[in-house]
Amino acid sequence: MTDRTTGPDQMTGATPDNGMRNANRANGKPGPMLSADGTPLKRSLRRAQRRQKIRALMLIAPLLIFVLLTFIAPIADMLFRSVQNQIVSDTLPRTVASLERWDGQSGEVPDEQTFRALYLDMFIAAERKEHTRLGSRLNYELTGVSSLFRRTGRDVDDFGEVYEDAFNDLDPKWEDPTTWARILGSADWVGEAEGAEAPGPDFELRDDVASYLPLTAELYGIFAEFIQTEDGDSPMEEEPWTLVYTALYWDLQRQGFAYSGPEADLVRAAAQAASGFENVSLKALFIDSDKDWGDPEVWATIKTYAPEYTPGYFLNAVDRQLTPDGVEKRPANEQIYGILFQRTIFMSLTITISCILLGYPVAYILANLPMRTANLLMILVLLPFWTSLLVRTSAWKVMLQQQGVINDTLVWLGLVDDASRLVMINNQFGTIVAMTHILLPFMILPLYSVMATIPPSYVRASKSLGATNWTTFWRVYFPQSVPGIGAGSILVFILSIGYYITPEIVGGTTGTFISNRIAYHISSSLNWGLAAALGSILLAVVLILYYLYDRIVGIDNVKLGG
Amino acid sequence: MKLTKTLLASAAAVTGIAGLAYAQDMSNEMTIVSWGGAYQNSQQKAYVEPYVANNSGVSVTWDESSNEAVAKLRAMNEAGNITWDLVDVVAADAIRLCDEGLAMEVDFNEMLAEGDDGSSAEDDFGDLLVSDCFIPQIVYSTTAAYRADLLPDGAPAPDSICAMFDLETYPGKRALEKRPINNMEWALLCDGVAKDEIYDVLGTEEGQQQALDKLDTIKDQTVWWSAAAEPPQLLADGEVIMASSYNGRWFSAIEEQDQDFKMLWDAQVFDLDGWIIPAGLDEASLNRVKDFVRFATDTQRLADQAAYISYGPARASSAPLVGKHADLGIEMGPHMPTAPENSKNVFVYNYEFWADYRDDIDAKFQSWLAQ
Repeated sequence: MTDRTTGPDQMTGATPDNGMRNANRANGKPGPMLSADGTPLKRSLRRAQRRQKIRALMLIAPLLIFVLLTFIAPIADMLFRSVQNQIVSDTLPRTVASLERWDGQSGEVPDEQTFRALYLDMFIAAERKEHTRLGSRLNYELTGVSSLFRRTGRDVDDFGEVYEDAFNDLDPKWEDPTTWARILGSADWVGEAEGAEAPGPDFELRDDVASYLPLTAELYGIFAEFIQTEDGDSPMEEEPWTLVYTALYWDLQRQGFAYSGPEADLVRAAAQAASGFENVSLKALFIDSDKDWGDPEVWATIKTYAPEYTPGYFLNAVDRQLTPDGVEKRPANEQIYGILFQRTIFMSLTITISCILLGYPVAYILANLPMRTANLLMILVLLPFWTSLLVRTSAWKVMLQQQGVINDTLVWLGLVDDASRLVMINNQFGTIVAMTHILLPFMILPLYSVMATIPPSYVRASKSLGATNWTTFWRVYFPQSVPGIGAGSILVFILSIGYYITPEIVGGTTGTFISNRIAYHISSSLNWGLAAALGSILLAVVLILYYLYDRIVGIDNVKLGG
Repeated sequence: MKLTKTLLASAAAVTGIAGLAYAQDMSNEMTIVSWGGAYQNSQQKAYVEPYVANNSGVSVTWDESSNEAVAKLRAMNEAGNITWDLVDVVAADAIRLCDEGLAMEVDFNEMLAEGDDGSSAEDDFGDLLVSDCFIPQIVYSTTAAYRADLLPDGAPAPDSICAMFDLETYPGKRALEKRPINNMEWALLCDGVAKDEIYDVLGTEEGQQQALDKLDTIKDQTVWWSAAAEPPQLLADGEVIMASSYNGRWFSAIEEQDQDFKMLWDAQVFDLDGWIIPAGLDEASLNRVKDFVRFATDTQRLADQAAYISYGPARASSAPLVGKHADLGIEMGPHMPTAPENSKNVFVYNYEFWADYRDDIDAKFQSWLAQ
């Protein structure tokens, strides 16, 4: 290659430097550079780096896992609630399945079959006390469902009484819990359960009973499991729910009914007599319990919200609603979230700008004063930072209210008439003032830390080259302090967009934020789905603004310190 | 009186013996959730201190979280870790918790003591048992007060809630709670709707609009509060000339802090506050809580609480036992919202109506406020 007699190329062993050239020489063509042990350098480098990366990852693993488990996962879980809607199909599985056949547009109430399904679901839900929870859920979509479910949940116990009486009148044996247990339980189970202390062994269905009495078997199984686990009772000692009597009546009425097994005579006698029992219409019973069951809108709402995942909450969060006819705008007098989102963004921007205007000069003075004076001033900046948020907010009330310090002073000076004192609190103005004050340190501190690193020699150089004070500031100093403005703005904007205590106290009607509504839905109305949807939208808005900020200003230009 | 005391003493003795019988499987620690402030203090004095005196070794921890109890209880339930034993909530929240399956259903006659007039617990509490999970303690009311010195010269003293809507006779600002409940009822009442038809009207679109239209006439002149401590402060500062708040707040401002407020009492809205027991407590904690609740909601204890705060006891049998204020020494009877003089015209919070319509009307109300 060269005529030099010294240098790495002349060495005989492989060194990192001449590895490739050695390889070239050996093959007569370019090959991979080799490391000292003969493996390609790239690979060994990658291996070494991977080891280092894993080691580094292991070091931060505790923190990473901690953050994932305690921060990211709960937030993701919370936000996920904005689409979750399993409660409807979990609580009313048979009704939901039955409603698939129903045409919501027909304007008619579903048929008796669907009411039967609803009876089964409702009875079980009422025993498990789940019906009211579903009622509250559907009440978000249709006013009145909450009391509808509560009222019917109370009545549904009596719907099957007529069959219970009929069976018991036919043969008193039906009143005996052991009759039921023997018909429906497996022989082994009956043997074990007899004489055992409640709740006894877990209930087992007899193998073939489901083919003779399918519905009765299914519901008795649910009944037995429920009383064993919830009440600690034994099916040998408890009369079944009226629901099970009703199911038996329906099973006996089935076409081609046949039965063989324990108590065959009793069951066959009942099957013969059953056709003579009074047949009650569940549709009539439900509508008798609450006339709203005769309203197709209730059924349409159940059907619309039957899927396990719903866009309903998100639509509500943007003033739309999911109806059987598709997505519709909410009535004008119920639209609120659009206004609140706009207001939240607008006020947060205003607060950020006020913080820049007030914070910049303070930070400038702090950065350019001698250390001792600067430290003293710094304490003044930090002092309110250490004071309780509520105290500062309440103090602004005292200052700004109509009988407050500022108005009193203005009246005393004669600048304002006593009858027309200024309204400065319980509106947007009050919120902006109070929040600017509260968030000001978050602007001053990053600004100060950036300004403190700007070398004074630049300013002196600029002036010595003939620039005026203004030109020096604008062309030399200011551009160097922009990263501080960027950092401060992001901090203040993101903090203010999620604030809710201060707007709640001083915001009145026109100064409240979207976060106040989120707090209301989390803690008062318990509509966590809607709160999650509002929160997700807010998060998305922040991320979009962050992206735009990155594109326009560049996130690399943000500095929190030197 | 003497007879009552003897009866009480024997009742206490019986409770004590019953308590001993259970003592082995009762937890010795109890976390009770309440509202903090004067109200929690009255519970501490009237219920907890005598209970701990009778049951040495029991320690009670207070958690001042009633304000967000519903949300916290739901979160605890989902996490499967319930750290509260007894929670003080308003009736509307209790109904919500009961609906969500977060509160335990209670057999009132079995769990609560009989009234000392011999009536069963269910008869003694009567209509106030508004939910299967809710054990009422007190009746409080949301009512209005005003400052006579801020009314225009020659204006008659207001005697009706409609003064709130009468800007001509009573110009100036007023303070109302930032929620539809109570305000909508008052608006309709003052717009000429008969009292027993108010909820029928409020259940319709037109009725809701009518109420908002009425509120619209005073919207510019209204300060909307969200914490009950605000209105007495606003009135004391002269920011408003009349305001709504809880009667206990007014009592404390007028009697304890010597503010020159006058109470209106007209169309006051009765509401209830009481206990719920979280669902899913373990056996030992539950036994302790049951024992405590039985003691804390008996006739004498409920009457005792009225010596510390001006809320009416929820038991009918407690009313004759209400005595004097513990510190001020004034008769508490006339300051109770349930006193005949004060309760000539009352509303009773319609729980069922608001459970159904709260979400809907609240959306309209908030939208109206924001415009």
